[in-house]
Amino acid sequence: MSVIVLAEHAQGVFKKKSLEAVQYAAQIAKAMGTGVTAIAMGNVAEAEMQSLGMYGAQKVLHATDARLDNFNSRAYTKVLVAAAQQEGAKVIVGLHDTTGRAVMPRVAARLQAGMVAGAVSYPDLSNGFVVKKNVFSGKAFAYVNVTSDIKVIGLMPNTFAVVKGEGSATVSNLSVSLSDADFSVKVLQVNKASGSIPLSEAELVVSGGRGMKGPENWYVLEDLAKELGAATACSRPVADSHWRPHGEHVGQTGGTIRPNLYIAVGISGAIQHLAGVNGSKTIVVINKDPEAPFFKAADYGVIGDAMEVVPKLTEAVKKFKASHS
Amino acid sequence: MKILVCISQVPDTTTKIAFADNNTHFNTQGVTFIINPYDEWYGLVRALELKEAGAATAVHLVTVGKADAEPVIRKALALGGDEAIRIDCDSNDTYMTAAQIAEFAKTGGYDLVLCGKESIDYNNGSVGGMIAELLDMNYVGFAAKIDFAGNTATVTREIDGGEETDACDLPLVVSCQKGMAEARIPNMRGIMAARTKPLKVVAPAAINALSTIVGYEMPPAKTGVKMIAADNMDELVNLLHTEAKVI
Repeated sequence: MSVIVLAEHAQGVFKKKSLEAVQYAAQIAKAMGTGVTAIAMGNVAEAEMQSLGMYGAQKVLHATDARLDNFNSRAYTKVLVAAAQQEGAKVIVGLHDTTGRAVMPRVAARLQAGMVAGAVSYPDLSNGFVVKKNVFSGKAFAYVNVTSDIKVIGLMPNTFAVVKGEGSATVSNLSVSLSDADFSVKVLQVNKASGSIPLSEAELVVSGGRGMKGPENWYVLEDLAKELGAATACSRPVADSHWRPHGEHVGQTGGTIRPNLYIAVGISGAIQHLAGVNGSKTIVVINKDPEAPFFKAADYGVIGDAMEVVPKLTEAVKKFKASHS
Repeated sequence: MKILVCISQVPDTTTKIAFADNNTHFNTQGVTFIINPYDEWYGLVRALELKEAGAATAVHLVTVGKADAEPVIRKALALGGDEAIRIDCDSNDTYMTAAQIAEFAKTGGYDLVLCGKESIDYNNGSVGGMIAELLDMNYVGFAAKIDFAGNTATVTREIDGGEETDACDLPLVVSCQKGMAEARIPNMRGIMAARTKPLKVVAPAAINALSTIVGYEMPPAKTGVKMIAADNMDELVNLLHTEAKVI
């Protein structure tokens, strides 16, 4: 019996959300009186894998096939299932992100394991295996009891703060024979916005709505985001008008995010938008309309024109950073 | 190419969510149900475009639900599609839903299965991946674009901080999101035609649910907004640091 966790990395460096997943899996293992084994795919250095010990992993199983550097749902499934069988895993943890959401359901189906996608709590083991998750696009939570022998959890990124501890994980190779058929989806091209922070794992998010008036005004939000080290997001009308790329759309029919800080500028706060962001720990609303419904869902509110308020906020952040460095 | 489009019925996006029976059930009273937007705008409409372009020979729609799901599947048929299948069971478990669809699809010889990237009620986004595994098919999630050259699909999908273009052969399962197709509104001809299109009811396969929802909870209400003067952004930054502790 053990807990295994998929540790995703980008160019050999484990992502922050993966450290969160490892730490989450370690806590579950502890509660179950067992250990946690992290699974690493493709090219990643031994020292980097050992460092997962600082987040609670006792062991790392390394699937060394270089073809695994590109995500492939069949091949990843094969590796995770092999690791689960080798370790006798009862709980398999991944992230509720583009990779996890493509591979964890396959793993669950293969192992006939019940799955919680988008978990926001540790499992409550006192009466079954009950995990809390977002439902109705953030409008509510459900408690899901997984009744199968093996359980699969997709953890919502940025649910728990990552705490670095002590320790070093033991690394060993996982032997899985992968054939060409396991890589039947071929990657032709990858386009990544360089230097930007992926929205799904951003702790701070600056978001704009129709009140920004047009894409030419976005620089004030980008300046603020840059100063804060935040990602940028937008409301649906903004994405629909092609002011911003669709990937930035948050809300009921866009992405669901739960950053520590969500700054909404010129967004009225329709129920569909709130659904995607109300898991944010702190919400700041900047709007020139004092009647904007978003103020009711906010922690801090500023009534004023975006083009005047946001640059002042950027200046204030700059000043704050200078005095705290 | 034969396409199967998975359709889920969900509460309208403006629904105020409420629960009944001591927070153990979703209260459907007064709730308007719609086709899950990802299934409709992206999965179904793209399937129709592919048929219109001559790339697909048939578009079938499938839903897992009791008789109360029929109005929504008729609405989907009004947009297009040759026939619909309702698998007659109530499922709140992703595995159960996926396994029912997979069991049905095995008999239909489908080359392409399209579903939305997630349903906007339970937000799992797992059905597509599970169907792919159960049918031993390729799977591409979060697709924003799909085109075909013979048996090979070119799919553009979302990845962390960007997008990726993949090539893969049929049979294939794809979960669809924004970008896939332009939204359509059913016209009167479509609505009339939908009335007479076949809607087959299929008995569910013997499959057990692997999870159950034991309760619901509303998010904690905000305690009240603290207003800050527009010319005092230093104060806002100070509060974010000392009170909210987020910067």
